[in-house]
Amino acid sequence: MAKKSLGNIRRSFAPWTDPAAKPLVTFERVTKRFGAVSAVEDLSLAIHAGEFFALLGPSGCGKTTLMRMLAGFETPDSGRILLDGVDLAGIPPHRRPTNMMFQSYALFPHMSVEANIAFGLRQEGMAKADIAARVAEMLALARLEGFAKRRPDQLSGGQRQRVALARALAKRPKVLLLDEPLGALDRKLREETQYELMDLQSELGMTFLMVTHDQDEAMVMADRIAVMERGRIAQVAPPEEIYEKPASRYVAEFVGDINIFEGAIAAIAGDIITVESPVCGTILLDEEDVSLPAGARVFVAVRPEKIVISHDEPALSANKVSGEVWDIGYLGDYTMVQVKIGGEGGPLIKVALANHARRAERPIAWEDQVWLSWEIEAGILLGGEA
Amino acid sequence: MKRFRFPHFLALILGLAFLYIPILVLIVYSFNASRLVTVWGGFSLRWYAALFNNQPLMDAAWLSLRIALVSASVATLLGTLAALALARFGRFTGRTWLAGMIAAPLVMPEVIIGLALLLLFVGLEAGRGFWTIAIAHVTLSTCFATVVIQSRLVTFDRSLEEAAEDLGAPPWRAFLAITLPIIAPAIAAAWMLAFTLSLDDLVLASFASGPGATTLPMRLYSAVRLGVTPEVNAASTILIALVALIVVSASLMVKKNLLDTRR
Ligand SMILES: Nc1ncnc2c1ncn2[C@@H]1O[C@H](COP(=O)(O)OP(=O)(O)OP(=O)(O)O)[C@@H](O)[C@H]1O
Ligand SMILES: [Mg+2]
Repeated sequence: MAKKSLGNIRRSFAPWTDPAAKPLVTFERVTKRFGAVSAVEDLSLAIHAGEFFALLGPSGCGKTTLMRMLAGFETPDSGRILLDGVDLAGIPPHRRPTNMMFQSYALFPHMSVEANIAFGLRQEGMAKADIAARVAEMLALARLEGFAKRRPDQLSGGQRQRVALARALAKRPKVLLLDEPLGALDRKLREETQYELMDLQSELGMTFLMVTHDQDEAMVMADRIAVMERGRIAQVAPPEEIYEKPASRYVAEFVGDINIFEGAIAAIAGDIITVESPVCGTILLDEEDVSLPAGARVFVAVRPEKIVISHDEPALSANKVSGEVWDIGYLGDYTMVQVKIGGEGGPLIKVALANHARRAERPIAWEDQVWLSWEIEAGILLGGEA
Repeated sequence: MKRFRFPHFLALILGLAFLYIPILVLIVYSFNASRLVTVWGGFSLRWYAALFNNQPLMDAAWLSLRIALVSASVATLLGTLAALALARFGRFTGRTWLAGMIAAPLVMPEVIIGLALLLLFVGLEAGRGFWTIAIAHVTLSTCFATVVIQSRLVTFDRSLEEAAEDLGAPPWRAFLAITLPIIAPAIAAAWMLAFTLSLDDLVLASFASGPGATTLPMRLYSAVRLGVTPEVNAASTILIALVALIVVSASLMVKKNLLDTRR
């Protein structure tokens, strides 16, 4: 969670907030079914030039299918896909200005690294000298200079990944599609490569559409994230908004850890909402434009790192609950404490304590009776659907 | 464990001996100086020399070679197409039928295939000879070629072709530049298998041949019925050497290709 902010201080870039901006890629009410399974259902989405866009969702939610429709390997059953204002229907994959980095890399095993990278350029009928120059440039970009003559089976996993990336970038596509580009890498290499990819993207000014089911990866890398749920889009927003203002319980639970309290709206006074919850009593929230009536059943979500834990009862009238420390898990940069509310069988609340700030007061221990509390701004109001 | 080693070894030797002693005897006696098949008269290459002066035998060998070349090439082409259809086009109507029909000749008695072809050729009033034998061999070896190539295609990663198309190659060029080179060893192996099947076939050739078209196995078979001569031994030895060479290189190719895919 500490990493989260890194992805967003990169630049102030938000063409999606400008209603006059024309998106580069538009999905218009696209549906794709495989037999009875609907992989993508009535989905609309706009991606702007220069964006690093991530599709995030659990396995089988239709991410790859969406990407393959843009690349031309699947045909939508209904709806349109536009690129630069041109309807892509009927245009075969080899004539689309997109390039894809395959999840399996799909390197040509009988060709050298060099020939793999040059393959796309040769299809364009580019002059030999220009091809050589572009290949050299790509090899340098992917830090593969010494490996030009090797075949893919003589490379490490990380090197193969870079060849696949260089091959897909060589043609300077309008949109680069990346299907879980870092899936096969170990954690350390993965984190390094994340920043490399981000640098590369801002350097080349290209549009990247990346599929991932790793939320940290999407958070770090993307300008905007589309969270997908069973073939539909649950929310499209920049990472911090996805995290701080999830649109639904599904998004809140999918991205990061979260505590969800059930309750009913007791009062609405301007931006201050009062929710009565059976688990932790009165909860106050600061939320604009709430369209729900008083009495509506809702969920209140609170991120674990926004909860304060103490031995003494805080001097607050609401947003507090007491319980017993049930579990303490040390996770390196922070400690996750689980507190049981209301004795045996009661719900657990997760609290994240940053480890850099060792508390002066008596440390939290197993079976301590503690108080949890949070600010009015910490609570997120989610609609009452399942 | 150790106690059983010796009997195992013995069994292996006996088994191999059972399979190969007759062939070994044949090869040894092809170098026999004596005319008598069963009496060793010293080492000599005279029967090989005689072989090359035996015009009917040489004609038969030449005919067999030509038939094998033609039928292997046609069978490999058809086999490749059939394998692609079976491996690629998913569940098209008639797929099960095609698969079954292609596999059937593998287990069908050759005599029946031969007879059926003979009836067909007679019915069509086709002049029997080179082409009818070649066609007969194509019908048999296409199935073998299909099986060999199909088994390679099922492990072929489709995303390689998609990557080629994504990079701007039209489907036919993606096939020629990516798929074909990668499955080439399997195609070569299929061709060699078809070639040897044709080269040593006696049954189908006997049904499909006509006057004046005698293949090497037919010639050898009829020569043997008049009595085994060392010349026949020599011809057989050459045939064995050729077939062995091809079979070994084909299996090496398949093995290498399999290793490549596993990586
Ligand atoms: N060619 C196909 N034939 C039939 N069903 C398919 C096909 N491709 C995808 N599906 C189905 O469509 C749904 C979405 O698949 P998709 O590959 O897009 O998921 P995904 O979000 O990429 O998942 P993952 O994270 O596991 O890669 C799944 O239920 C899958 O079984
Ligand atoms: Mg996928």
